[in-house]
Amino acid sequence: MYKWDFAPVFANAGLLAEGLANTLKVTAVALGCGLVLGLALALLRLSPRLFLSWPAGFVIEVFRTTPPLVQLFWFFFALPLIAGIEMTPFVAAVTTFSIQSAAFFAEVFRAGIQSIERGQWEGALAIGMSRRQALNHIVLPQAVTRMIPAFLERSIELMKTTTLVATIAYADLLYQANAIAQKTYRPLETFTVAALIYFVVIFAFSLLARRLERRLAVGGESTVH
Amino acid sequence: MTILRARALAKRFGTIDVLRDIDLDVERGERIAILGASGSGKSTFLRCLNFMELPTSGRVELDGRVVGSERGRDVSYRESELTAVRQKVGMVFQQFNLFPHMTAVGNVMEGLRTVRRQSKPEARARAEKELARVGLADKAETYPAHLSGGQKQRVAIARALAMDPELLLFDEPTSALDPELVGEVLTVILSLAEEGRTMLLVTHELGFAYHVATRVIFLADGTIHEQGTPDEILKNPKKERTRAFLASHRQFSF
Amino acid sequence: MGQAWDFASVFANTDALIAGAIGTVRLFAICLILGLSLGLLVGLARYAHSRWFNIPATVFVEFFRNTPVLVQMLWFYFALPILVPLEISSLAAAALGISLNTAAFSAEIYRGGIQSIERGQWDGARAIGMGWGQTMRRIVLPQAIKRMMPALTNRAIEVFKMTTLASAVAYVELLQQGKLIASLNFNPIEAYTTIAVIFFVILWPLVQLTYVLERRLKRDE
Repeated sequence: MYKWDFAPVFANAGLLAEGLANTLKVTAVALGCGLVLGLALALLRLSPRLFLSWPAGFVIEVFRTTPPLVQLFWFFFALPLIAGIEMTPFVAAVTTFSIQSAAFFAEVFRAGIQSIERGQWEGALAIGMSRRQALNHIVLPQAVTRMIPAFLERSIELMKTTTLVATIAYADLLYQANAIAQKTYRPLETFTVAALIYFVVIFAFSLLARRLERRLAVGGESTVH
Repeated sequence: MTILRARALAKRFGTIDVLRDIDLDVERGERIAILGASGSGKSTFLRCLNFMELPTSGRVELDGRVVGSERGRDVSYRESELTAVRQKVGMVFQQFNLFPHMTAVGNVMEGLRTVRRQSKPEARARAEKELARVGLADKAETYPAHLSGGQKQRVAIARALAMDPELLLFDEPTSALDPELVGEVLTVILSLAEEGRTMLLVTHELGFAYHVATRVIFLADGTIHEQGTPDEILKNPKKERTRAFLASHRQFSF
Repeated sequence: MGQAWDFASVFANTDALIAGAIGTVRLFAICLILGLSLGLLVGLARYAHSRWFNIPATVFVEFFRNTPVLVQMLWFYFALPILVPLEISSLAAAALGISLNTAAFSAEIYRGGIQSIERGQWDGARAIGMGWGQTMRRIVLPQAIKRMMPALTNRAIEVFKMTTLASAVAYVELLQQGKLIASLNFNPIEAYTTIAVIFFVILWPLVQLTYVLERRLKRDE
């Protein structure tokens, strides 16, 4: 019978905590940049000017049809050589995941804006609002509310995707777990603990997201007046 | 001979007693119309008789045998027994509930193939016969999406008939139909009545009930408020609530 | 810039790329089949009323949806061999990790699809004496599958992309070969760009297919 021994794992708790912090750091930064970039991409995509909407569309398609790990490797190994810049694992990670999230958010923004029925536009215009007022006061608030669930879903996905950075030697939780496993010769305990930490954190966010979604769906908070 | 007997049937949903203490004997050949206001429990009662809903208390006897296993005052039910019961007690729904991914003949055949395990040719022959019986022989290969409401309901009736039920339950069969389609369905039900089939019919079509029923039951507050012949109930109701119900139905008759 | 792009050395390694492609497709097929089959069982269990099926299925789904695939893969590769006296190859570890994850996600797709079939269909089937299994098999699932096609196709695309994670346990698939070529020829740009293009070329038609399926579904509703 195998004797489980978690002591060496807990002896390295500090490293694990550091790893978790790094994971959350990458997630947060990538999310923030992704949102802003995503909105920009969405507006470009919706633009009637082809020379704006086509490149935006191209970026979105490429980032949705190629594997994240391939993107990460490209940004970390290939881009520095092309652009002649220094690339740290953190920057490579954040760049990759920002653009990837942006591609996703762009589609969500676009779908959100387009999903607001014509009736809403017409109702707003009929009472004398300009198109810009209608966008800002009626359509966008509703679109944003509809997009929150997708945003939360994406955040949770991103937390899982960030584990990829371990493969380019960024000291996230998975990387630390691997290092500790090799150091202590206790891969079973270490990886089990790591898996549990990921599960607890992500599941907690997931529950929070679901509760928020439920509250939004009930229509409690109306941002439209 | 008594086909079905319900004793002290009761059904509770949460804190609401939808059915309280209903006794009913159904003899072969009887045609019982069940009337009542919305919420009086008519549909629930019908659904208890083929165990689409399980009674909270009371028991049902089919062909003299109690359905389920009695233990003192409680009855427990096994799904396998209930599926057997449902082959003997057929039901036609307000919303038809046809299978959209099968043709009309496919719908009628389905019970025979899957439940009775008949061969395809055998089942198909029988299904075509039933479809002809309800006047839809030419629609055998049509999908429900291309049938009118009245046609869909007639296919549903054919589907129920294919199982050779001893008793047919109709749960407001024409309530979801456009008025001009109601007649074709009632005509089929009338022809089944003339064949001598035993049936229970929950309906708002009072005129039809008068012509087709051998007995009329008025349900209120989850119990049988009044029952009798069509003449007794529909023309000379004794109780006040029955009168009020009928009056509200006649409000805009001309 | 001013560095000449060297794709020649990439194409000189076509053998390696083909080996990688075969590895990718093999892993993809295994994970898709295992994942979707197991997912159906778990999805049905999630839908069942009995707590004996419902609760374990829910635990399974929540755990494998809320843990990263890479963590699971490494666990199967490094941790499992210690518990169980078996050789766990990189294919096995990768397949286990991706399949279980796929099963968890597709379970929810199945459950959603089944739940979307209105209750009247169950009533109609039960009224002619059909049991739970018969109703599921003949009436509910056939109708549900149509509705689930877009989501399931999406899942398949995700599985295909996830095969690249197997490079972390040194399984021979496309990205792993890309790494190999890059390290042998010192041309990461060309190597990784080629890999990206290969994936794009394979997946783009599938993504378009999902759009078509989604549109057709919306139209039929």
